[in-house]
Amino acid sequence: MRRVYPNKDVCIGCHICEVACLTAHSASQDVVIAAKEEVASGLQPCKAVYDKGQISVALSCRHCDNPSCVSACISGALYKDQETGRTCYNEEQCVGCWSCLMACPYGAVRRNVTKGKIIKCDLCEGRDIPACVEACPNNALVYESR
Amino acid sequence: MSYVIIGNGVASVGAIEGIRKVDTKTPILVVSEEDTPTYGRPLISYFLAGKIGLDRVSLRPDEFYEKNNVEVKLNTRVAAIDKAAKTITTEADEVIEYKELLLATGGVPFMPPIKGIDGSGVYNFTTLAHAHELLDLSKRIHRVVVVGGGLIGLKAAEALRYNGLSTAIVELGSRVLSAAFDDVAGNLVAQRLEEKGITICCGTTVEEILRTEQGEVIGVRLANGQKLACEAVVVAIGVVPSLNLAKDAGIAVNRGIKVDDNMCTSAEGVYAAGDVAEAPDMIAEEARVTPIWPNAFSQGYHAGLNMASEEASPHPGGLPMNAISFYGLPTASLGHVNPNEDEDCEVFTELDEENGTYRKLIFRNEKLIGYVLVGEVDFAGLYTGFIRFGLDLTPDVKEELIAGQPSALLWPEEEFDTKWTPAAE
Repeated sequence: MRRVYPNKDVCIGCHICEVACLTAHSASQDVVIAAKEEVASGLQPCKAVYDKGQISVALSCRHCDNPSCVSACISGALYKDQETGRTCYNEEQCVGCWSCLMACPYGAVRRNVTKGKIIKCDLCEGRDIPACVEACPNNALVYESR
Repeated sequence: MSYVIIGNGVASVGAIEGIRKVDTKTPILVVSEEDTPTYGRPLISYFLAGKIGLDRVSLRPDEFYEKNNVEVKLNTRVAAIDKAAKTITTEADEVIEYKELLLATGGVPFMPPIKGIDGSGVYNFTTLAHAHELLDLSKRIHRVVVVGGGLIGLKAAEALRYNGLSTAIVELGSRVLSAAFDDVAGNLVAQRLEEKGITICCGTTVEEILRTEQGEVIGVRLANGQKLACEAVVVAIGVVPSLNLAKDAGIAVNRGIKVDDNMCTSAEGVYAAGDVAEAPDMIAEEARVTPIWPNAFSQGYHAGLNMASEEASPHPGGLPMNAISFYGLPTASLGHVNPNEDEDCEVFTELDEENGTYRKLIFRNEKLIGYVLVGEVDFAGLYTGFIRFGLDLTPDVKEELIAGQPSALLWPEEEFDTKWTPAAE
């Protein structure tokens, strides 16, 4: 399966991927409304840029083959799709226990405090290429099979 | 001939998914003494509290069993295992052959020898059936005493309090949550529960359940002489592994059913996983029963892989972890959290009383081996990575962790390159 892979050697920490992710997951699909209004009512990106000196990297769910988050999920909200290999998330089922957030050793599950539920990368359901990859100005994010 | 799984909890679900990863054809039979398809057992406290309905307690969609070619026999108890003949016999005398067998029988609530414990008005809180009983009960009574200040006891108390009951917790230890937490974290949680009107009595125990002549519960008498009036008692002291089937079949047991890294018991073709299994631990150099949810799933998953495949898939080892919220106060604890002084551990703690947050990190041999977080859990997973992968800490990295700034960029570079981002082919 194709996954999003970061390349910290060329990432410049511009955060454009976060903005693209935010917009792609917004109701309005408009960057300004998403970043100004929807963020205020709880919209968050699924990925985060980490910096250490000159080094930056944008990280999100790895869609692991045998994910710790699925093991830890008490509500059935997280599960593996056998056909696509994706680690799927059904927000309806989530009870906000934060077990997955603790169990994921990659720190890729985030907390939406407003909703009391988690947020994680869905590889942009419905798009051919995830918005973060498309938006990255210098291929610091790639979408491929490894 | 089928794979047979005894038990229908999360270890069983993990095993079904593990088997199907390798073998999509051979039928699977699940035998369960419960009367419902698998559900998220920890959700019973959410259900009892009225936070979710029955429509949300399922752990997998309704079509899960059919899609995975699994036959489920509910309301069925297994009476015996014949490991030589490779059969199980149900209490209805049905004999079923198995190709490979998984014991995922879990645990049963421990019932201490308290005077007056036998009879009506005494409950447990480990199954959906128990939650239904308590929900029904909470409409009829006003006061309840919960015996046991562990996770199950506290979640039971919280849920009963949500139903308007006057609720007290009695805990023998000096604090609540003694296994997963330390004094400070335990007290922060206790404080939150007390703010919400739950009474907590630590350092004492229930010596007698008081009853009327007709046998109705009217209260409890504590070892410290105090009496608490109540109409029902919930016993939540812990669960003990359900070992009898294995023991009777001559399968090696200690505190749990003994298994190796591959979840194999002493009997050929018989595996065990979840709360019933005593398996190698990731941090401690000994086998342990680690009765927690994620462990049960992943042990079941690896058991399933190994049942279906010639190639061994060893389990990485048990890692205690609990994430649980009390009245919206989130907490997480993972790994080795209460080291003894002679263990040569370095402990960092940070308490912010004003905001009600607490952070504890436990280091040994320049590695992180455990943490406790109360109030602020957002970085939990980033700490987990250091423990789970046993990453070496340089002084700088350790300082960053202590400063509360964990990041994947603090991983040793080769670990990041191989674990986070496998190289392009």
